[in-house]
Order: sequence, then C-alpha cells, then structure tokens
Amino acid sequence: MSLGQGLAFTLNGRTLSAAEGSIASPSMRLLDLLRLQAGFTGTKEGCGEGECGACAVLVDGELVNSCLVPVGQLHGRSVTSIEGLPRTDPLVEGFARAGATQCGICTPGMVLAARALLDRRPDPSLDEVREALAGNLCRCTGYARIYSAVLDAAAGVRPPVEGGT
Amino acid sequence: MSAGAASAADWHRPSSLAEALAIRSRAGSAVVAIAGCTDLMVGWNAGARRLPPVLDLSALDELAAIEVGPDAVTIGAAASCARIATHPVIAARLGMLAASARQTGSVAIQNRATLGGNIMNASPAADNPPVLLAYGARVTLASVRGSRTVAYEGFHTGYKRTLAEVDELLVSVTVPFPASDASIHYRKVGTRRSQAISKVAMAAVIATTVDGAGRQVRAARFGFASVGPVPLSAPTLSAALMGERLVAVDRDRVEHALATDLSPVDDIRSTAAYRRQVAVNLVMQAIAEAG
Repeated sequence: MSLGQGLAFTLNGRTLSAAEGSIASPSMRLLDLLRLQAGFTGTKEGCGEGECGACAVLVDGELVNSCLVPVGQLHGRSVTSIEGLPRTDPLVEGFARAGATQCGICTPGMVLAARALLDRRPDPSLDEVREALAGNLCRCTGYARIYSAVLDAAAGVRPPVEGGT
Repeated sequence: MSAGAASAADWHRPSSLAEALAIRSRAGSAVVAIAGCTDLMVGWNAGARRLPPVLDLSALDELAAIEVGPDAVTIGAAASCARIATHPVIAARLGMLAASARQTGSVAIQNRATLGGNIMNASPAADNPPVLLAYGARVTLASVRGSRTVAYEGFHTGYKRTLAEVDELLVSVTVPFPASDASIHYRKVGTRRSQAISKVAMAAVIATTVDGAGRQVRAARFGFASVGPVPLSAPTLSAALMGERLVAVDRDRVEHALATDLSPVDDIRSTAAYRRQVAVNLVMQAIAEAG
C-alpha cells in the first residue's frame, strides 16, 4: 500500500498529519519540516550529511540526525526538537552555568544528545559522555565545558556562576 | 532543501514482509528499498539523484528481530546498529560485531542505520562486513519465489553489485559463534576515532591448537574493508597460515599472501601503499595477540 493521507506523527506534543495538510510530502527531510514548515528553527543545518549533529533531534527518545530522516518514516512516532525540551531540564541550566555555549549552532543537538544519554544512563562516566556526544561537532568550545555541563546536570550540581577553568 | 520529491503515491510502506516482497516482485529495481536512510539520504540531499519511488522497510518489525540460536545469532536485516551493539548475547559471544556496530558512524547514525542496509548499500568501506566475513556469516534473501541462504563470502560480486536478484530482499544475517577458544581481532583505522570512514579495517578469527611447542593455527579467517572494490576475505592468507606455528609466522609471507588477496587503490581517504602496509601490520598484530 502506498503512504497516502494516513501519515501522522507527533511533534513537540502536537499532532501533524498529511490529511490536514501539515505534512507536505513523505520524502521531505524532517529538518526542513521543522525549520521551514513548523517554524522550529532551533534545529540547525550544519553539514546535511549526518556528520555534524547540528540537526539532531529525538524520535521516541532516540537521537537521530533530522537531515537524514524522510518524514514518511515517522508515522506514529513522537519527535522532540529543542523547543520541546522543558526549560526546567537540568541540562539547560547546566549548559548555561558551565559556559558550554559560544556561537550556539551545536547547542540544540548537543543538549538533545545529552538528554538521550541521561535518559539511558542517568549517571554516566566522562567516557560515556564523550562517546554519546561524538557525533556532535563543536568548533568553538573545545568540548571540555560541554562535558562538564552534562556531568554537572547528571549529578544535580549547581556550579558557581563565575569562574571556570 | 530536499532533492526532487517523491509523491505519497510513490512511497510504499508495507506492513508485512509478504506485502514488501509482492511490491518488489512487481516493481523490481523501479523501487529503491530503504530502511535507516543514513547513506541514501546523503546522496539525495546533495541532489545527485532525483528521489525514486521507495519501498520503505522501516515499519516491518518482523525484519528487525534478533534471534539467538544454539550455534548462531540471526539478525533481521532492519535491526539497527544500536540494537546490535547493545544486545547482550552479541556483546558476549560476537564481540567484534558489537564493536563494528558501535563504530558505524555516531550514536545518531547507529540509532537509524541497519545491518541489512550496511550490506546492501555495498560500500567497500562499510563497517560491519569485515566482521561478518571473519565470523563466516550467512545471508538469507527472500522473494515471492521463496527464500535462500548463501554464504556472505562471495555475496559481493563487484563494486556495488551483489548476488541478490532484482526481486529479492535481504531479510536476515546469521552469524555463527566462533569456537570458544578462538582469538578475535577487529580494528578500524580511520582519520579520527569517531565516525570516520575507514582507510583500512580488518577482522580476524584465529583458532589454534596448543602443544608443548606453542600454538598452531587450526583455522584463520579474515575480513577486510577499503582494500578492494568489495569487502574482502583473504583466502590465500588463510590457506598460508593453516597449520603454521604462530611464533613462526613471517611478515614477508603475510605480505606476499595479502598481495594476492587485496587490491587497494589510491583515493581521497588514503593510498594503496599505506593500505597494504597497514593491512599487513593489522594481521601481524592479530597473530601476535593470538599467540
């Protein structure tokens, strides 16, 4: 059977469907649907080849690169972009306090990669954080503050606002 | 922006394998089978190809099962690398496959990429084929005509070509457990540790018999990536090592055998000379560790 008007999935808690016109084509990239159609521009396009992680989002809690996902494969799934993450998530404050953000292009993907890790491993080691974030490239920070932001969020630590390394 | 869009009418998303095989039988190569899309979408994003009608296998749970048998694990073609990497029996008894699945791109890629896709995409640099060759895996293909199981060794018949007929789909991969005393070695050499495309990768299963004079090779099987037009085993090397004492294996002989088995080229990622040398180094390392 072909995928007709039946295609529907959830995006940040809202239902999108082909029938009501909120999904134009099954071959559209999830990235384009997010940015151009749904207006969720927190998701960034970096390489468009699945190598940089700037477009990473969660599908049923698993990290994926939205530039490599045709929306036709999302039927019945639940997509969370950075806009769908609660502002109270400890990672938000962790990134802010650790100074883990500079230009910000990688940040939404980094935060969601970290969320996927912490959902699976609430108390990860530094090596586990490094592996979980290995597909998310940052050209500003050198990663150290990003790793400490994730470890601090996991530990529930409130690091000092000033200072750092 | 996306490459030229396929319409909803060209997007086939069957809910059973039987339905998928019927579509494949009717449409043949006019439909592209897709699952994780981690490689195909790169080409489509670059606009190299207009999006063809697709046969989307991602809704077929029956194609994603991992079944543990007494002598082997049978992995559905649509099982993701993430599930393979974290499967307890694969981790415990097919450690090289857990390792290669975990080195197939990043976490975001592993969550989507499938073992079947990694085989049928037929890249000579694919991460999991060397391990499948070394373990002596078998692949099962199905069509409306029936199903058949063949050795994975020999499945790739030429660059981007396989034994699969136009109406067939790869449904599963069966990976036998190695002898419990066999020594295993997997190493992927790339530009960086994470998510690089390999310059050379090697997997080896070396079974030995021990006596007073040390270890003697009972059977040695290898798989290589990025050193030829297809993933390669090394039959000349395997034959040359048979019955040899590990301490007596000489580098020149390994180099000589691999000169027959491998056919690397210069390309954007490396050179033929580097690849030959690293391949020999990896085999010598595996032999040293097996001893």
